[in-house]
Amino acid sequence: MLRADALETIYPELEKHIVVTIMGAVAAELYMLGHRHSFFYLEHAMGLASSMGLGIALAMPTHKVIVLDGDGSLLMNLGTLSTMARYKPGNLLHIVFDNESLLSVGGFPTATATGTDLAGVARASGIPSVVEADTCESLGSVVREALAGDTLTTIVSKVEAIGPKTFHMDLPLLENRFQFKRALEALQRQQ
Amino acid sequence: MPVSVTNSKLIYAALKACDVKIISALPETWLVHLIRMADEDPDMILVRIAKEEEAIGISAGAHLAGVNSALLMQNHGFLAAINPIVSLALLYKIPLVMLISYRGHMGEKDPWQTQGGMATEPVLKALNIPTWHLNSSTDIYRRLKDAQTLAHASLHPVAVLLSRELMWEE
Repeated sequence: MLRADALETIYPELEKHIVVTIMGAVAAELYMLGHRHSFFYLEHAMGLASSMGLGIALAMPTHKVIVLDGDGSLLMNLGTLSTMARYKPGNLLHIVFDNESLLSVGGFPTATATGTDLAGVARASGIPSVVEADTCESLGSVVREALAGDTLTTIVSKVEAIGPKTFHMDLPLLENRFQFKRALEALQRQQ
Repeated sequence: MPVSVTNSKLIYAALKACDVKIISALPETWLVHLIRMADEDPDMILVRIAKEEEAIGISAGAHLAGVNSALLMQNHGFLAAINPIVSLALLYKIPLVMLISYRGHMGEKDPWQTQGGMATEPVLKALNIPTWHLNSSTDIYRRLKDAQTLAHASLHPVAVLLSRELMWEE
């Protein structure tokens, strides 16, 4: 599965909710599908997209928060799985695209290329629902199911180590930051 | 354990007066009473993290969602969180209110705390993080309130160093 195709499949769900994504290929591919003010692209601080998502999910318990993570990022912050599992916010959906590679910085293999099983780590950390979805069809249905329910879910999707031709995004990071905060404030006011 | 209950209560009351709703914490001796108070407070979300880096992400998320948060960490935890402080909080202009127990400073008996004690203020200075020392029970409310005010006005992290004089009774 290509991550770009996976993102396109779930984009109708993504655009309805709060999304925090990691940097690099994932950010660029999501941006190319169509930016929304409720999308935050964490352009640095590798590993912390899920922690940010947890902070938002705890602060906004009536809204769904989707984190787009990657194998390289998650491996930098494995403790996040145990912290998310401890509080189990049912409004948080954690999607990990595992291309077994640090694609954005030269394509060197990560530990998932040599046997580390992130779904297994998530299960053992206590995440209540962990699903592996390696086709667009299965990913689409698992995402819809997780968003319809109220159970903290981690989805691990194996994807090919292929990224976009360019990582350029015509969106200065501070513009994204202030825009995103205003979008969340507007959502809070709707309650 | 001679950690000051009285001053811990004053610090916690000041955090409540600052409308802090989320506290991320990693246990450390001087912080035990504060963490217990947060845990027992039904109106406080206490997030027990595995490593301090996570707390920077959690507070960033809370801020963007419009909720006030605070971080409770030892100074070695602050040192462990430098990259997220730089590449999330400073990069994205995120206010952080970091309450840091200042181990390894004057009066420290544990040799293993001393290097971190000596590195703490130089690192805060290098990152241009405004820093208050909390040494006296009379300063607690005013200094925490002012630290939070500056963090929000400057969209920048601030540090409040909890001193031995305040936290440890012997």
